[in-house]
Amino acid sequence: MQTTFLGKTLHTPLVLASGVLGNNKAILERVWENGCGLPTMKSIGPAPREGHKNPTVIDLGNGMINAVGLPSPGYLNMEDEWQELSGRAFPVNASIYGGSVDEFVRVAGFVAAQGPDFIELNISCPNSDKHGMLFGVNAQSSHDVVAAVKKVIDVPLIAKLTPAAPDIAGIAKACEDAGADAICAINTAGPGMIIDIESRCPVLAFKTGGLSGPMIKPIAVRCVYDIFRSVSIPIIGLGGISTGKDAIEIIMAGATLVGIGTAVRYRGINVFDKVNKEINDWLTAHDTTMEEIRGAAHREVL
Amino acid sequence: MITQLMPAMVEVADKEVHSPEFATLYVNQAIDFKPGQFVMVWIPGVDEKPYTISHHNPDRFGITVEAKGVFSKKAVSLGPGDKIGIRGPFGNGFNMGSDHKQVAVVAGGCGMAPLAPLVEAFQAGNGPDILLIQGARSKSFLLYPDRFTGNVEICTDDGSKGYKGFVTDILVKKIKALSAAGSPDFDMVYACGPEIMMAKVFDICEAHGIPCQVSLERYMRCGFGVCGACVCGHAVVCMDGPVFGSKALRTMADFNTRALLKTGKPVPLDEYASWRCQ
Repeated sequence: MQTTFLGKTLHTPLVLASGVLGNNKAILERVWENGCGLPTMKSIGPAPREGHKNPTVIDLGNGMINAVGLPSPGYLNMEDEWQELSGRAFPVNASIYGGSVDEFVRVAGFVAAQGPDFIELNISCPNSDKHGMLFGVNAQSSHDVVAAVKKVIDVPLIAKLTPAAPDIAGIAKACEDAGADAICAINTAGPGMIIDIESRCPVLAFKTGGLSGPMIKPIAVRCVYDIFRSVSIPIIGLGGISTGKDAIEIIMAGATLVGIGTAVRYRGINVFDKVNKEINDWLTAHDTTMEEIRGAAHREVL
Repeated sequence: MITQLMPAMVEVADKEVHSPEFATLYVNQAIDFKPGQFVMVWIPGVDEKPYTISHHNPDRFGITVEAKGVFSKKAVSLGPGDKIGIRGPFGNGFNMGSDHKQVAVVAGGCGMAPLAPLVEAFQAGNGPDILLIQGARSKSFLLYPDRFTGNVEICTDDGSKGYKGFVTDILVKKIKALSAAGSPDFDMVYACGPEIMMAKVFDICEAHGIPCQVSLERYMRCGFGVCGACVCGHAVVCMDGPVFGSKALRTMADFNTRALLKTGKPVPLDEYASWRCQ
C-alpha cells in the first residue's frame, strides 16, 4: 500500500506515533520492517531532560494514561543517534519540542540539518508545565511557532495538535496559514487523573497524564473531521487506532496517513502489518480505494 | 487482584532480612507467574521500579530488594502491614523447555533472584539435573546461601566463601569436564548477573555450541513494551525479554555495550551502572 506523502514515498500509510518506542535507530527500523511507513522519533527537546518519576504509564485496559514527561537527551547530545540514522534505509519523522518560540527554532534548525525526512512540532504534549500544550491551545501562538520554525528549516513541517484546544480546526488553520505542510492529530487527550483509593494518592507521579488508546478514538475522529473541513494540507490521523476498521474510519474523517501508538501494547509491534492487511481486506471487500474513501464522511448523503 | 493494569495495593505480610544489603518482602496473594517475569512495585510518593519475583508459591510471593538507591532503601525499610502497589507480571520469563536432561544455572550477585524460582520450578516437576553456580563479590553478597542443596558451586571474587574467582571460570571447567568424560553437554545454560558476566556466559556457550538464556536489566517505565525506555538495540527488554536466548543475543546490538539513561541517551554500560547505583 505504497503512499506518497509530501513528496516522499512511504511503503505503507501507517505512522508510529511519537513517544512510542522510538528511542533508537534499531527499534525505529524494526517498526518500519513491521509495516510502519513512517516511524517517528521520541520528541527531541532543547536540553537534557529525564522526564517524570514512575509511575509514568498505566494501562487502563481500554487505553492508557501517561505522563512520561518528555525525556530527551537534548538536541545537542544525539551525535551517535544521528550518525546511525544517516545510513538508514527508511524515512524518519523527527518530533521536537521547546519551551519558547526561540527554543523551537533552535532545536528545529539543528535537527533539520541532521537529515530527517519530516519535522513534527510537538505543540500538544500535556505532560510538562512549560512545554508543548501551551502553544497548541492558542491559534496565535501556534501560528507564531510554526511560522518561526518554517523560516529556518527546509524539510516538510508537521504540526501535532492537542484535542484540548477549544477549536482544533482553528488551530489547524492557523498552522496551515503559518506554513505547516501537514497536520498530525491528535496528541493524548485530557489530561486525566487516576487515584488509588487505598493509598488515597494519584497513581501517576506527575498526578495528571494524557489519555490514549481505544477510549479516545471518537475524539480523534471528531478532531480529524473538523480539521479536514478547515485546511487543505494533509492530515495524519491518530488516537486510538488499533484495527484496519479504525483506520478506515479516521481516513473517512479525512486522514491521509494513520498513526498508531497505544495499539502496540494491545497487538504487538507487528500491529502495523496487521492493520495494513485489514485495511487492504476491507478495501478489497468493498471494491474501493484509499483515495475514494478519504474524507468520505463529509459527502452529502442523498 | 494483581493484574497488568492499575497497581493493586497489597500488604507486606513479612520481611526476611538476608543481610545488610538484601531483604525480601512477602505478599500473601496469588499471582500468575512464570520464573524470570517481573512486577512493577510502587511505593506511593517515592517511585515505581521493576523487580523480579524471587519467591513463589500458589498463594504467596516475594520480591528481593538490594538496598542501593532511594527507592530500594525505602523498600527494605518497609515491614509487615505496610502497603505497596503491584502491577504485572510482565515479560516473557525463562523458557524451561520440555525435555532438558541437564542444565546449568549461573547466578552472579542479585542475579540469583530470578533464577531461584526457576531452580525450584525445575525441582518441583520431573526436571533436569541442575548444576547451580553461584557467585558474588564476597560472602555477604551471596543471596539465599542456604536455599539450595545438591550440585551447587559457590565462588566469590575475594575468596571469602567457596572458590576464589568467577562463575564463568567454574562454568568452563564443568563444560570441559563433561566433554572429557564423554558426557552430553548441558541442554541449556540459564544466567543472570552483571551484564558483563552474562556476556561471558554467552560467549562460552557459543564457543561450545550450547544454547543459553540470560535476563537483562534496563531502566523501565511502562513495563509492557510501549514507552521504549528499555530498548536494547532492536529489542524491547520489558516485552521481548527480559530473558533473551542465544539467537536473539547474536543480533542484539547493544548487549553488553550500551544502555539508555533516563533521558534516553545511550551510554556505555559502566556509565549506566554507576548512574543506576546512585
